[in-house]
Amino acid sequence: MFKEWWNSLSESLIAAGALVRFLFRLLINSPRAFLRMDLIVQQTYNSGALSLVIIMLSGLFVGMVLGLQGYQLLQRFGSEEALGTAAAIGLVKELGPVVTALLFAGRAGTALTSELGLMKATDQLSAMEMMAVDPIRRVVVPRFLGGVIAMPLLAAIFSMVGLYGAQLVGVQIMGVDSGSFWSQMRASVGIVDISEGIVKSCVFGIACSAIAVYQGYYAAPTAEGVGRATTSTVVTSAVVVLFLDYLITAAFL
Amino acid sequence: MDWPPPGSISRPWKILHFKNSKSAAKFEATYGGPGHLPMSQANIIEIRNLNYVVGGRTIFDGLDMVIPRGRVTAVMGPSGTGKTTLLRLVTGQILADSGAVEVAGSEIKSLSREALYRLRQRMGMLFQNGALLTDLSVFENVAFALREHTDLPERLIRQLVLTKLQAVGLRGAAELMPSELSGGMNRRVALARAIVMDPEILIYDEPFVGLDPISMGVILRLIRRLNDVLGLTSIVVSHDVKEISSVADQILLLSGGKVVANGTPKELHCNPSKIVAQFMGGLSDGPVPFHFPATDYFGELLAREEA
Repeated sequence: MFKEWWNSLSESLIAAGALVRFLFRLLINSPRAFLRMDLIVQQTYNSGALSLVIIMLSGLFVGMVLGLQGYQLLQRFGSEEALGTAAAIGLVKELGPVVTALLFAGRAGTALTSELGLMKATDQLSAMEMMAVDPIRRVVVPRFLGGVIAMPLLAAIFSMVGLYGAQLVGVQIMGVDSGSFWSQMRASVGIVDISEGIVKSCVFGIACSAIAVYQGYYAAPTAEGVGRATTSTVVTSAVVVLFLDYLITAAFL
Repeated sequence: MDWPPPGSISRPWKILHFKNSKSAAKFEATYGGPGHLPMSQANIIEIRNLNYVVGGRTIFDGLDMVIPRGRVTAVMGPSGTGKTTLLRLVTGQILADSGAVEVAGSEIKSLSREALYRLRQRMGMLFQNGALLTDLSVFENVAFALREHTDLPERLIRQLVLTKLQAVGLRGAAELMPSELSGGMNRRVALARAIVMDPEILIYDEPFVGLDPISMGVILRLIRRLNDVLGLTSIVVSHDVKEISSVADQILLLSGGKVVANGTPKELHCNPSKIVAQFMGGLSDGPVPFHFPATDYFGELLAREEA
């Protein structure tokens, strides 16, 4: 029993080490990748623009739930006007980056993993190697950077749509005063709160994109291997995002 | 099929416009001005005492072989003898445990990553399934290496790509996506892509798998024609004895990690060795056993019953 635990722990640590090494390899190759902006723009579109609908819809519903729950809670203390502040802080600092990262891993991350895994399974990456083109530079890095760029933008859109959702429920349905909703929010949400959200979404973007391309690049070149890698992307991303979320939150206190 | 097409350019970099003299010099060094590769060198690939073990299984055990320049050499052998592994060793995708693999005068093991990539620019490889990049059109697939390695003007890239596509008879399919191609067309586009940089060595990994007789005939003719017209060295890994015998100058038969026979197709067909006769004649049992090693048949059946 103990031995099994120890084995699985050491395997996880080795995997984490390999992932970090791969991340460094991506970062070293990143500056040169900016010479080929067309590739990065294409991948940002794939990871970002194509995830917009799911991000906006989820943001709206999360905001609406926040509006409802927040209203109910604040009403107990007679401070419904603080709903704007509560929703904004909750969304910008926490829910925006975290939920976006989880959705991003499910939508864009799995797409990246399965695309790279299938490219490997169908010898496309080997073919590039044989044409003296480094697949890391040509295929992996642009996809990684596309994800890194898309993630903070998606998180910002999520928070914005979420706020609209909270406002919709709180102000339009529950009858919180519109003036106090917005003015309290403006008065109490500081630049530190927003920068915490930005830092989180950037870090999550790097983590989710690196995990997705790592899993795809090292997937076993079979149907089963690609399937397992895709699942692994979602699971690993979720755990890593929540762990990093705790670390960053603690760092900002 | 017009090949070579009138006014075609067989060594495009001679009229390249480079950004600076350094990249021009690098390109010249890569593709070899006169004297870069001694033409007197008769063998383009030399393998000496090669050993390769994977997962505890010996694939090559002191393999020695040479592949002569300018000819079509077929590498044949029963499944699992390491033919594809041999190609991967020659192209530097994997490294041997010991022994020497020398390609165009360079020892693969001693090459840096950059040098290996430069050497690979002198090779073209046709993968078993074509391995076309599925997100690019046929035209862009063929243009891929040109776009990555040269600064050619768009007009010249277009001309080069179209001449290569014309050579494989698929100029009309330039705008199609790989998913819209049949198996044979897929393989031909991959062939056009493999020759677009005018390689010295063209490697075919099982080029006939899953092809109908017409496509197979087309690929066979292309192998011979491209070899002769472009002055290449072709290496074909295949199982199709009859087809490959019609096109190869020399056949190397691998078995048990060694070359067991070497000669022209005619010589191999007349070879008295049992293993050569088994392979060339397609006999189910012989030195290469039909059965995978196993315990006693009846013993195992009875044991199962008892259990």
